[in-house]
Amino acid sequence: MDNKFVPDLGWADVTPKHLFFSRRAALGALMAAGAGAMLPSMGVADDGFIATETPNSFEEITQYNNFYEFGLDKEDPARLAGGLTIAPWQVQVDGMVDRPGVYELADLLDGLPVHNRIYRFRCVEAWSMVVPWNGIELRALLQKLGVQPGARYVGFETLVRPEEMPGQRRAALDWPYREGLRLDEAMHPLTLLATGLYDAPLPRQNGAPLRLVVPWKYGFKSIKSVVRITITDAQPKTTWNMENSREYGFYANVNPQVDHPRWSQASERRIGGGLFARRQPTLPFNGYQAQVASLYEGMDLTKEF
Amino acid sequence: MALVRSVNGALRRVPVGLVYAIGGVPVAWLMWALMTNGLGVDPAKTLEHQLGGLGLQFLLASLAVTPLRRITGVSLLRFRRALGLLAFFYVALHLMTWLLLDLQLRWGEIGADVTKRPYIILGMIGFVLLAPLAATSHDWALRRMGALAWHRLHRLVYVAGLAVVGHYVVQAKTLSLEVLAYSGCLIALLLARVAWALAKPPAPRP
Repeated sequence: MDNKFVPDLGWADVTPKHLFFSRRAALGALMAAGAGAMLPSMGVADDGFIATETPNSFEEITQYNNFYEFGLDKEDPARLAGGLTIAPWQVQVDGMVDRPGVYELADLLDGLPVHNRIYRFRCVEAWSMVVPWNGIELRALLQKLGVQPGARYVGFETLVRPEEMPGQRRAALDWPYREGLRLDEAMHPLTLLATGLYDAPLPRQNGAPLRLVVPWKYGFKSIKSVVRITITDAQPKTTWNMENSREYGFYANVNPQVDHPRWSQASERRIGGGLFARRQPTLPFNGYQAQVASLYEGMDLTKEF
Repeated sequence: MALVRSVNGALRRVPVGLVYAIGGVPVAWLMWALMTNGLGVDPAKTLEHQLGGLGLQFLLASLAVTPLRRITGVSLLRFRRALGLLAFFYVALHLMTWLLLDLQLRWGEIGADVTKRPYIILGMIGFVLLAPLAATSHDWALRRMGALAWHRLHRLVYVAGLAVVGHYVVQAKTLSLEVLAYSGCLIALLLARVAWALAKPPAPRP
């Protein structure tokens, strides 16, 4: 139920492209005139599922991806993911769950409503996008699968198929890519299992056919091409935390006050807008503070980062 | 030997200006790509990385001149200044891109980065060390300083090389092939000099 939140809005609520571009052009002209300092900061008035910013273009979202299974460069996934077989697709469900098993994707998703969500997406590398996803709420799936008492976490794994995922032929990371959420995070209505982008099936480079989207966390939490979901009472191992625990925590909540040890997280560059894409302040929990801050009450977020 | 002689003979006929011209081609290519949306959806970042990579490559090329001559006899000595200046040129453009297009002159964040972030500190050290080398690259400076002082100053290039490659290695998220290749090249080029220095007592300086 979305009743606590703004209901799903439609495309009619998005700033029309021509208005957006004229606004950006006007902004650009002002900047060029050296009046940038006089502009008010572009605040984000948004307290729901639909970010008010104009989404990035399909091209931007699908040609700039971190998906190391296909290579380390942002252009690699778009170039090399085409050969990935995404049908048939099976997902193994195991752990503390009433209905474990190996599900065909269609069976797994059967009966679960697809939502349209426009989420900000903030990478730990300090760039960001706005993405119109289609997908199911993870909580709906977990309810369908039946989470058993005592479960506290949900773990996820990405497909391992080096013959179709050339990046996996090198040990760039310890495959399979692994991620995890605390159960209350997994049950949060913002947490999505995306199956589509811009009302089209999810492109392979974006994690087809099924990926996690947790908009208040750094992008690496939003694991792609999921083949395994494990409900457990122990905190799952997560790939980047295994890689470098000093730099990447389990929570990985977007937090401008907690710098990555090697770079600042205070601001971000919004992709789009070309050479002069503006840098903007990063918001706590990526702007979803009102919805999710209560999950972390009493925690020291500088230690549990 | 005959081959080396003929290669060196051919190289003597190559005008140094040609090296500058070829070294400038990537700038033209990047400008063209910028104007035709060829740098992808994040052109500022691509530009920054490409310029930094070119700086690194020209710096390594300039450091390879002496080992190449000592091992193969092929001498690119006439072109070393051009290679060094091109390295500084690209490093400076890389720094400008970072300041103007990436950090967008947000001086608070720039100041924090320059004082707190090891990879930024290393990059700045590299730039600061290369600047006096570029400034004294002219024959006029060599004459004015005297060969001994000039050579001593220009040994800073080894430290600059370490700083620049360190800057690249420390910012990397994983140990990629590129990271290994660049750091491997630098280590080999520096170790060669250490080995030669240890192998025989220093020759009397001119």
